[in-house]
Amino acid sequence: MFDYLRYIRERNFPHIWCSGCGDGIVLKALIRAVDKLGISRDEMVMVSGIGCSSRTPGYVDINTLHTTHGRAIPFATGVKLANPKLHVIVVTGDGDATAIGGNHYIHAARRNIDLTVLLYNNYIYGMTGGQVSPTTPRGKRASTAPFGNQEPAFNISDLAEAAGASFVARGDVYHAQKLEKLIVKAVQKKGFSVVEILSPCPTAYGRRNRMAHPVKMMEWLRDQTVPVAKWERLSPEEREGKVRTGIIVDVDKVEYTETNDKLIESLKADK
Amino acid sequence: MAEEQSAAKKPAVIRVKLEWCKGCEICVAFCPRNVLEMEGGKVKVARPEDCTRCMLCELRCPDFAITVE
Repeated sequence: MFDYLRYIRERNFPHIWCSGCGDGIVLKALIRAVDKLGISRDEMVMVSGIGCSSRTPGYVDINTLHTTHGRAIPFATGVKLANPKLHVIVVTGDGDATAIGGNHYIHAARRNIDLTVLLYNNYIYGMTGGQVSPTTPRGKRASTAPFGNQEPAFNISDLAEAAGASFVARGDVYHAQKLEKLIVKAVQKKGFSVVEILSPCPTAYGRRNRMAHPVKMMEWLRDQTVPVAKWERLSPEEREGKVRTGIIVDVDKVEYTETNDKLIESLKADK
Repeated sequence: MAEEQSAAKKPAVIRVKLEWCKGCEICVAFCPRNVLEMEGGKVKVARPEDCTRCMLCELRCPDFAITVE
């Protein structure tokens, strides 16, 4: 038994997430990761934007900041630049980070600033009523796409990789232990780290796409995810309808707060 | 012999915080030993003696409602 109560704000429980929502499973993986990392809670800040996923910081007993829609990464960037010693974790969703906050997402990756972004991907806008998000797969139904979504979806892990992130991983809530390990690695990594977390939304997504029962959604996660090593051996036809999980990118690059600190030091020395 | 061993082992203590359980059924569906059941829209520990402490129910409960000791 893991003692989650040491890390949560118990007065806010039971949480507001729907029955079968994966966000609670992510929160638990995150708490276990924080415990495993052994970082003092005083040295950690959790920043979120708006959406179901962004309710996460309200439930953890560490330094937290709940900001405006899509702007979690800019606030987190400010926190990190003001005190680079802090471990800054951004908790955001597919709508928050890749629609309204899409520019912040790619430019923070380009800058390679040392933030950890936990991006909950539930393929839809859950909180506001099931509208299409940038990750809703083509053909899937949403409240704003009653006949099926016509648009192709963003692959948000590939997007982070292309924009220059130094660590990109994808996990899911069915494989909760693996998810915990990915979060640990992402926080330890110096540089911009993203963990895309597939988290089911039975209420807004499942009900419209023949997976109304939370168990159906978990089975769907189990069946569509393929570990990276196995993915490499699959043919393009076999990859159809599947997503790879695990560490996708892990490279060392120049990190932004380090170059910024060096610049400050050199300017001070010039005086 | 095997029976003696399992009898000697302390049975798992599975606790459910009913006021936090939202009845999603994830723990019931993915328990490998079929220990849990649904009753009145919430989880019920039906066969604790079969529990192997794999912890999957605790790991996947989104509501912090079930613990295994």
